[in-house]
Amino acid sequence: MKRKIMKTLAIGVAIVMMVSSLAGCGKSADSNASLTGKISIAGSTSMEKLCEAMSESFMKAYPDITVTVEYTGSGAGIESLTQGSIDIGNASRGLKDGEKEQGAVENIVAIDGIAVITDKANTVADLTSEQLASIYTGDVTNWSEFGGSDEAIVVIGREAGSGTRSAFEELLKVEDTCKYAQELDSTGAVLAKVASTPGAIGYVSLDVVDDTVTAVSLNGAPATEESILAGEYLLSRPFVMATMGEIAEQNELVQTWFAYIASEEGKAVITDLGLILPQ
Amino acid sequence: MTNKAKINTIETAAKIVFTLCAVLAVFAVCSITIYMVAKGTPAFANVGVSELLFGTLWKPTASNASYGILYIILSSIVGTGASVLIGVPVGLFTAVFLTEISNKKLAAVVQPAVELLAAIPSVIYGLLGLMLLNPVMFKLEKLIFAGSKTHQFTGGSNMLSAVVVLAIMILPTVVNVSASSIRSVSKDLRAASLALGASKIQTIFKVTIPAAKSGIMTGSVLGIGRALGEAMAINMVAGGSVNLPLPFNSVRFLTTQLVSEMGYAEGTHRQVLFSVGLVLYLFIMIINLLLQKLRKGATENE
Repeated sequence: MKRKIMKTLAIGVAIVMMVSSLAGCGKSADSNASLTGKISIAGSTSMEKLCEAMSESFMKAYPDITVTVEYTGSGAGIESLTQGSIDIGNASRGLKDGEKEQGAVENIVAIDGIAVITDKANTVADLTSEQLASIYTGDVTNWSEFGGSDEAIVVIGREAGSGTRSAFEELLKVEDTCKYAQELDSTGAVLAKVASTPGAIGYVSLDVVDDTVTAVSLNGAPATEESILAGEYLLSRPFVMATMGEIAEQNELVQTWFAYIASEEGKAVITDLGLILPQ
Repeated sequence: MTNKAKINTIETAAKIVFTLCAVLAVFAVCSITIYMVAKGTPAFANVGVSELLFGTLWKPTASNASYGILYIILSSIVGTGASVLIGVPVGLFTAVFLTEISNKKLAAVVQPAVELLAAIPSVIYGLLGLMLLNPVMFKLEKLIFAGSKTHQFTGGSNMLSAVVVLAIMILPTVVNVSASSIRSVSKDLRAASLALGASKIQTIFKVTIPAAKSGIMTGSVLGIGRALGEAMAINMVAGGSVNLPLPFNSVRFLTTQLVSEMGYAEGTHRQVLFSVGLVLYLFIMIINLLLQKLRKGATENE
């Protein structure tokens, strides 16, 4: 009996210690947050993951600032921005000239890159965008047509609703016309399947490509961060958080938001999602 | 407190606990049913019943979206049906072997092996299918469709792989239930049949199996339920594109439809996925009602 009491006591003490240490954590995060208010963001659906992760991490550091993000689409987001109903407009493409003329300023926070991968034995190292499109629309079904060995092409992609899939189809302009032989529901599954299936082709986020597969170059540009940053690689797009006027002209809250994105924590959020940091 | 009063309190407390547990089970069934119906029906109104159930085009994220799930329903029915057609005879004959033919020593090895098969998680079946079955299927596919211009090569992830994996997965259920029902057939029946000059095989097919019919049916229906509800293993081997359920087509089942698209779906797409869930739920309910009827029939026969 006595032993039992001691045990309960010990557990109790441990819990109290844990709780107080947690409370300490909270306090240290509070110290840099005297700001209160609300930041409203709207725009691109493709940027949902980035915005969710970034705002979650941001609101942990600044508990008194509320960030609301609506996913209305790139065009609608920039329109709301120029009409003045929101603070930041998201676009998963570069801003159009008309939008810039209305005063929207393009702040690229991250770059999304997609690699086209084949199995190691495949000898086709470069594809043009037309060739890639013809593979995914089912017009070409054998690698021999592109100078490879006589091997059937196994077209692998992601499931409907995947951000990678919508970006890939959008950039290649093959929306809703793709004929997939396999629709897999994760990046890892695509990678593993392409690696193990002779003649397979697939697409994944650039950052997960490893040496079990070959990343094909497109129109002569290799699938690397350098070629994306140089603007040569087709399957990449900027994630823009546009503001009316320069960041320096914005209110303190919005400036804090962008400062956070540029901070180490913010950069970690971006790279954790497999996105490329702009330079 | 007297001893009697103490016993009384314990009795009442136990009663309350038991009642609460029973209420919990009933509550769970009712709330799941209500939830599925409430979540699954709006899409029927939005998309249209016939377009949803009999549409063959699944393009939920297209600008001109289309939500036909006919191929998905058909894949589930064909896949389950084919796996039962393979699994039940094999399972039944295994059960006959275990109970009627093999000697005790061999049965003592085979029986636990089959039971162990039931304990293996479905993801392991999927993994083996992925690593062993799919490459073989791919070779077969290349052989059959060599030079074909119209066939889309799937790399071996197809309906046939799913059927084989499902057939193996339902084996233990069929074997165990059938074996126990064959064992419970009275020895007198067999003895009478043998005494009339029937051979051992004749006795098995004409006497023992018919006598154990209701148990074998129960095992088969349980197998159907397992095959219909399986998601993980199929997701790994079937390819996952929405196609007509032909043997070498990449296919998607009702279950894998939910597994693979629930993550990022929104709006009507999400609603339709709940409708897919509702269709699956109705199928499972029908299977279970059938099962209850079979069991009732079995007890009435005895």
